[in-house]
Amino acid sequence: MPELLQFAFSGLTVGAVYALVALGFTLIYNASDVVNFAQGEFVMLGGMVTVFLHLAGVPLPIAAALAIFATVLVGLALYAFAIDPARGSSAVTVIIITIGASIFLRGVAQVIFDKRFHALPHWFGSEPIRFGGAAILPQSLVVLAGAAIIVALIFVIIDRTILGRAILATAANRLAARLVGIPVRKIVALSFALSAAIGAVAGILVTPITLTSYDVGTLLALKGFAAAMLGGMGSAVGAVVGGILLGLAESFGAGLISSKYKDAIAFLIILATLFLRPQGLFGKKSVERV
Amino acid sequence: MAYPSWFSRRVILAAGASAMAIAAAPAFAQGEIKLGAVLSVTGPASFLGDPEKRTLEMVVDDVNAKGGILGRKVRLIVYDDAGDPNAARTFATRLLEEDKVTAMVGGSTTGTTMAMIPAFEDAQVPFISLAGAVQIIQPVKKWVFKTPHTDTMACEKIFEDMKKRNTTKIGMIAGTDGFGKSMRDECVKVAGKYGIEILHEESYGPRDTDMTPQLTNIKNKAGVQAVINPGFGQGPAIVTRNFKQLAINVPLYQSHGVASKQFIGLAGDAAEGVRLPAAALLVADKLPDSDPQKKVVVEYSKAYTTRTGQPVSTFGGHAYDGFMIWKEAVERAKTDNAAKVRDEIEKTKGYIGTGGIVNMSPTDHMGLDLSAFKMLEIRNGDWTIVQ
Amino acid sequence: MARLASSRWSIVLGLAIVIAALPFLFPSNYYFRVAAIVNIFALAVVGLNLLMGYAGQVSLGHAGFMGIGAYSVAIGSAHFKLHGLLAMLIGAALAGLVAFLVGRPILRLKGHYLAVATLGFGLLISMALANEAAWTGGPDGMGVPRLEILGYRLRGPDTWYYISGGALLIGVILALNLIESPTGRAMRAIHDSEIASRVAGIDVAAYKLRIFVLSAIYASVAGSLMAFLNGHITPDGTAGFLRSVELVTMVVLGGMGSVVGAIVGAAVLVILPQALTIFHDYEHLMLGLIIMVSMILLPRGIVPSLLARLRGGGA
Repeated sequence: MPELLQFAFSGLTVGAVYALVALGFTLIYNASDVVNFAQGEFVMLGGMVTVFLHLAGVPLPIAAALAIFATVLVGLALYAFAIDPARGSSAVTVIIITIGASIFLRGVAQVIFDKRFHALPHWFGSEPIRFGGAAILPQSLVVLAGAAIIVALIFVIIDRTILGRAILATAANRLAARLVGIPVRKIVALSFALSAAIGAVAGILVTPITLTSYDVGTLLALKGFAAAMLGGMGSAVGAVVGGILLGLAESFGAGLISSKYKDAIAFLIILATLFLRPQGLFGKKSVERV
Repeated sequence: MAYPSWFSRRVILAAGASAMAIAAAPAFAQGEIKLGAVLSVTGPASFLGDPEKRTLEMVVDDVNAKGGILGRKVRLIVYDDAGDPNAARTFATRLLEEDKVTAMVGGSTTGTTMAMIPAFEDAQVPFISLAGAVQIIQPVKKWVFKTPHTDTMACEKIFEDMKKRNTTKIGMIAGTDGFGKSMRDECVKVAGKYGIEILHEESYGPRDTDMTPQLTNIKNKAGVQAVINPGFGQGPAIVTRNFKQLAINVPLYQSHGVASKQFIGLAGDAAEGVRLPAAALLVADKLPDSDPQKKVVVEYSKAYTTRTGQPVSTFGGHAYDGFMIWKEAVERAKTDNAAKVRDEIEKTKGYIGTGGIVNMSPTDHMGLDLSAFKMLEIRNGDWTIVQ
Repeated sequence: MARLASSRWSIVLGLAIVIAALPFLFPSNYYFRVAAIVNIFALAVVGLNLLMGYAGQVSLGHAGFMGIGAYSVAIGSAHFKLHGLLAMLIGAALAGLVAFLVGRPILRLKGHYLAVATLGFGLLISMALANEAAWTGGPDGMGVPRLEILGYRLRGPDTWYYISGGALLIGVILALNLIESPTGRAMRAIHDSEIASRVAGIDVAAYKLRIFVLSAIYASVAGSLMAFLNGHITPDGTAGFLRSVELVTMVVLGGMGSVVGAIVGAAVLVILPQALTIFHDYEHLMLGLIIMVSMILLPRGIVPSLLARLRGGGA
């Protein structure tokens, strides 16, 4: 069964990226009820800024750090100039703002970068590791390890720090959080910064494998959103599990059933899951307050 | 045939253009010749539309600096359809109705081209398409021409090469975008003619980032002697990388859709040994001096690289050929009258372009044959011509 | 002012006058074409607005229904030699039927879950259209024979402007009547609070399903008109995910729950890219910026927000 192992690694690598995008969605959604469709652009920025700084002669680690920093600034600017001024607007209005932001960021990227595809060097060479009949790129392991570290960090922050408590309190009830003295707007801004950083790191880790260009964000946002829904909106565990499952569904769908319809297979699985569990795998059943 | 040299830079253009305009003053009274171009400058096909736009802007600047065509300046009007056929059709109408262009060189993809054809047929204005599929010129449409080789020819060229290597059983992995799908269909159609049997087929989405599941299935299919990958964009680069990752030990053939140095950069050392059919443009510096195309491809690729700082691609070359065929037709017709220019385009004979030597006729609105394609192999990170 | 704007017949009359008068301002066929596209998108958006603005359900796959309408016409006339109009009716029926079948399970979902389910549905349709090339011509699309009525071939953008304008007018009249009907009141109740309406004895699921089917038919007819106007259609151009997002953006930008808003939203998003060509490489940047700024300044959408200001200013 070496091919199954190969499919699994393919699915895990792709799924890890979906998981990070979904996690970014979830962080922002929890803090502010905003579904941020510009999440994919964070991934694009992480990759593209690194590529162009590297091309300009900046050593890779510094380029990567600067890229994360730049993306975080973009995330904060997105919050300060587009999301915060619209607070109090309906959820759909804010979604359209984030869609506008994603078009805008893509438009900026095509002007300051270019419209071509770019790659980054593999961290530990491109010679695959042969294991049980499957061939795994060292970079895949980097992506998986990186994703695992990010997820662990996020869980530690949320579970173990005062900051995390504040985020949880904000997620649970914004008004109550404000009343007990939590600086809600700062917390929301922080969630945008964190999401942007996660997106940028995902972009940097995965560009050696997947390549990047100014418009890779759209599809990632779509897949990440689907993954977050599969896991259950608002659940960080759900986002990670949803992302990995979506990646696996695509690779096993392509490998075992039909590569023409692999995306369709993935979405059929999501649809079937939602019909059985309308709140997603890990979502809480919502109770509408009358 | 006078080919422009682009060593004149923009600075000279700015200063020189007006001086030359005055020199050619009498004819300028007739006003500008308007050339339209609807291109997919952004969106999923931007790697086609972007070099096409840069090329057209470059050649138009250059022609104008030299006094224009028939002493009249050329005004290039470019619209970006972002790959959306509906937008392309609207811009086509705009070019025809508002801008009153007398010809169009554009249409980056088959989808946008097919959407625009009815508008140009209705308006009776010549339309030189830059897209690949054979359906654009078959059946022949009176006002529609195209410069790139058809995907049928790419398949034939590849199968010819396979035959020489005694390959008869192959696997295929194609992109599900218009280009990949169309070429896949053509390859399936002509495979029989070359005694080639396609044992296993896979496909991938235009934005997929990992094709190892599909390639694993091809690898596990007994008897596959070679693999062919119709597709363009970043997909073929990832297929090539995954191909090496899985250590599949049969030859890999890419299509003319990867025809830019950028592919080698993206695929890295996985590209070693990959073969593909491509126009002479890619191997400009390696052509023997006796090659009739040598002069034009060397000059174009030098000019393009200097002006844009980007590697030359055959897509930009298609736009160059489209413009030159139109320009020569206008010069022969001594007018930009749409009907007369159309007739002259159809009479194009022996035009030496980046894509090959073009001989059009009332039944052939492309005018290229298989000799226009060279079979290339990637060795040591560079193209080499397979003899 | 407010009463004038909300009175349904004044809206219909106003729209009819605008549609009839605009051609006097059109210098060329290009304007007719852009206006025809506005009409066609407006028709789909009026339908989607019923679903989003009144029934409170988001659909991120609505272009899928446009695709059904467009390809029914194309496949019907090319493969089955049906008359274009008949094919269009079959398309509308088919879209309604599909909406009816998938609507039941899908509409049980709420909010973003519904959004992702409809997104998946739209994706399935556009994938099927792209992959089943024997029927649909694949990703490069297929040609649509010109519509012939009584031996007269309809081809010019001006002809299609009037036809699509008529279709939009009919769509608006139906929508306005529906909104003022008991169904409309029930819908608004559902939008405000599902539980409260259920308690009040409204069969929420049945109403939602009815509106979903209706909005699918609107989209399908719009798709058919698009196919006739263009003469060539592609899966991404009619049924793609970005098309669905565009439709939703039109609804929200124009103003949810406002029929006039739906038309304004469609007009703005169709005309903007034409106007923004002057910015060349900065086109997309400007488009994104304009969408963001207008949603921040007019959070309830162009029409409702401006109306509210007019009322505020006039009082």
